[in-house]
Amino acid sequence: METYSILRQFADSWMLLFLMLFFIGVTLYTLRPGSKEQHRDSANIPFRHEDKPACADGAEHEEARK
Amino acid sequence: MWDYLKLALLAVIALLAAIAANYARDLAYLVNALTIMLVAGGLFLWILRRTDEPKPAATEIGYMDGVIRYGVIATAAWGVVGFLAGTFIAFQLAFPQLNFEWAQGYLNFGRLRPLHTSAVIFAFGGNALIATSFYVVQRTSAARLWGGNLAWFVFWGYQLVIVLAATGYLLGATQSKEYAEPEWYVDWWLTIVWVAYLAVFLGTLIKRKEPHIYVANWFYLSFIVTIAMLHVVNNLSIPVSIFGSKSVQVFAGVQDAMTQWWYGHNAVGFFLTAGFLGMMYYFVPKQAERPVFSYKLSIVHFWALIFLYIWAGPHHLHYTALPDWASTLGMVFSVVLWMPSWGGMINGLMTLSGAWDKLRTDPIIRMMVVSVGFYGMSTFEGPMMSIRAVNSLSHYTDWTIGHVHSGALGWNGMITFGALYFLVPKLWNRERLYSLSMVSWHFWLATIGIVLYAASMWVTGIMEGLMWREVDSQGFLVNAFADTVGAKFPMYVVRALGGVLFIAGALIMCVNLWKTVTSTPAKAAAPVAAPAE
Repeated sequence: METYSILRQFADSWMLLFLMLFFIGVTLYTLRPGSKEQHRDSANIPFRHEDKPACADGAEHEEARK
Repeated sequence: MWDYLKLALLAVIALLAAIAANYARDLAYLVNALTIMLVAGGLFLWILRRTDEPKPAATEIGYMDGVIRYGVIATAAWGVVGFLAGTFIAFQLAFPQLNFEWAQGYLNFGRLRPLHTSAVIFAFGGNALIATSFYVVQRTSAARLWGGNLAWFVFWGYQLVIVLAATGYLLGATQSKEYAEPEWYVDWWLTIVWVAYLAVFLGTLIKRKEPHIYVANWFYLSFIVTIAMLHVVNNLSIPVSIFGSKSVQVFAGVQDAMTQWWYGHNAVGFFLTAGFLGMMYYFVPKQAERPVFSYKLSIVHFWALIFLYIWAGPHHLHYTALPDWASTLGMVFSVVLWMPSWGGMINGLMTLSGAWDKLRTDPIIRMMVVSVGFYGMSTFEGPMMSIRAVNSLSHYTDWTIGHVHSGALGWNGMITFGALYFLVPKLWNRERLYSLSMVSWHFWLATIGIVLYAASMWVTGIMEGLMWREVDSQGFLVNAFADTVGAKFPMYVVRALGGVLFIAGALIMCVNLWKTVTSTPAKAAAPVAAPAE
C-alpha cells in the first residue's frame, strides 16, 4: 500500500480509538469523586502571587490567600 | 565576551542585508532588506555604546514587567492603526473614489485589506496575547519569566515581523494565503521568534512554584504550540530567488487549499480563541474578584476545544474540489464544537454569579461580560454557517465578514480592552484608572459600533446571497454581480460608521490609559506585614 493509504487507515482506526479513549479518560479523571478540594485550590491560583514570586519556603502562601 | 559575539553577528546581518538590498529583484524585498540593515546597524551601535561599561547589578528578583509594559503600549498603538485601516477600507468599499489615483497600487483596497487583517489579528491581538501571557504565566506560576532578556527578543522580534509584513503588503509582497500573507523570509524570522516565545513560556512553567499549572496557561500553551505547527506547515514554500520576495508553494491545487484552511480556521481556533480564552480565565476572575465558576468545566472545556477545533477547517471549502467526505467531516466537527464553546462561555459568565451587582458599578467587568457574550454569539453563528445548506447562502457574502467581526471586535477586542484596563494601573503601580466614565464611553461606543457593523453585514450578506441565486421563470439569473454591489451601498455606509464608533472608543481608551500613567496618584505602598484574616 502507498503511504497515504497506510496513514489514512491508521488514522481512522487505532489513532481515532486512542484519541477517543484519551479524551474520555481525561474527562472521567477530571470529574472523579473527591477531586473537588484540589480543583477549588487550583481555581484560587490567580489570587496568590499578585505582586511577587513565591519565596523558596512558601511562607507567604497562606497569608496571601487570606 | 557575549557582547562581542552579538556585535559580530549584527555586523554580519547588516552587511548581508545591504548586499541583499543591492541585488534586490523587487521593491518590497529592497525595502525589507534596508529595514533589516537599519535595525541591525542601529542595534550594533546601541550595543557598542554599552560594551565594556560596568553593568548594573542584575535584578533578578520580582516579576519581569518591563516587557509587558511595552507589550501593553504596542497593543494599544497597533490596535488604533489596525482599526483605522479597517475603517478606511470600509469607506473605500462604500466610496470607491477613496482608492486614490495617485496612490494606485499602494493604498487601494487590495493592498490595504491584508494590512488591516494582519494589523488587528497579529499586531493588536498578537501583542495582547504575548503581553498577557507573560503577565499571567508569571502570576500563576509564582515565578519570574525564564530566559532573562529572551522575552525582550520575543517582543522586539515580533514588532520587526509586523513592520516587515506591513511594508511588504503595501509594496506587493504577498503569497496570497489569507491570514498568512507574509513572504518566505518573514515566515522564517517569525519561526525563530516563535520558538523563543515557546522557550520563555515553557521555561517559566517548568520553574513554577505552584504545583498545578493554572488552566489559563494550558490555553496559552496550546495557542503557542499549535500556531508554531500551523505556521510551519502552511508556509512550506520555495523562494524563487534568495534576492526576491516571491516564493512558490510546495502544495498545489486542492491540497494547498485544504492546508490553507486547516491553517486559517485554526488561526481562528487557537490564536483568536484558545489564546484569548487564556485571557478570559485569568482576567475575568481577577476583575470579578472570585475564582472561576467551575474549574472542572474549564478542564473539560480545554480538552474538548483542542480536540475538536483542529478538524473544522474544511467547512471553508464547501462545494469546491475538496471531497465531500472531508467537507462533511469539517461541518460535523464545527457543529459539535458549539458545545465546548458554550461550556466556556457559561463558565466565564457564571464566574460572576453572586457578584452580578458589579455589572452596574464596574464598566470593565461589563466589557468582559459583553466580550464573553459575543464569544457565545459568534460560536453559535459559526457552526450554523458551517452547515452546507446555510453555507450555500452565506459563503462569499458579507455575512461571513459580519461573523468574523462580531467575533473579532466583540470577543477579541472587548476582552483585550478589559485586560488593558486591568493591567495598566497594576503595571504602572497606579491607584486606579484615570476615569471610569471614559471606560463607560468606550464601552458604549464600541458596543454600538459592533451592533451597527454586525447588523448591516447580516442584512447585506443575506440580501446578496438571495440576489445571487434568484432565477426567473426561464431559469436565468436575475441579477448581475454589479446589481448586488449597488444594492449594498447603504449597508456599507452603516458598517463604516460602526467602524468610526469603534475606533472613537479605542482612542478614548488610549487617552484614558495615558492619563492613568501620567496623572493618577501612585499606589501607596502596602503595609509590610498584613495580618492574615
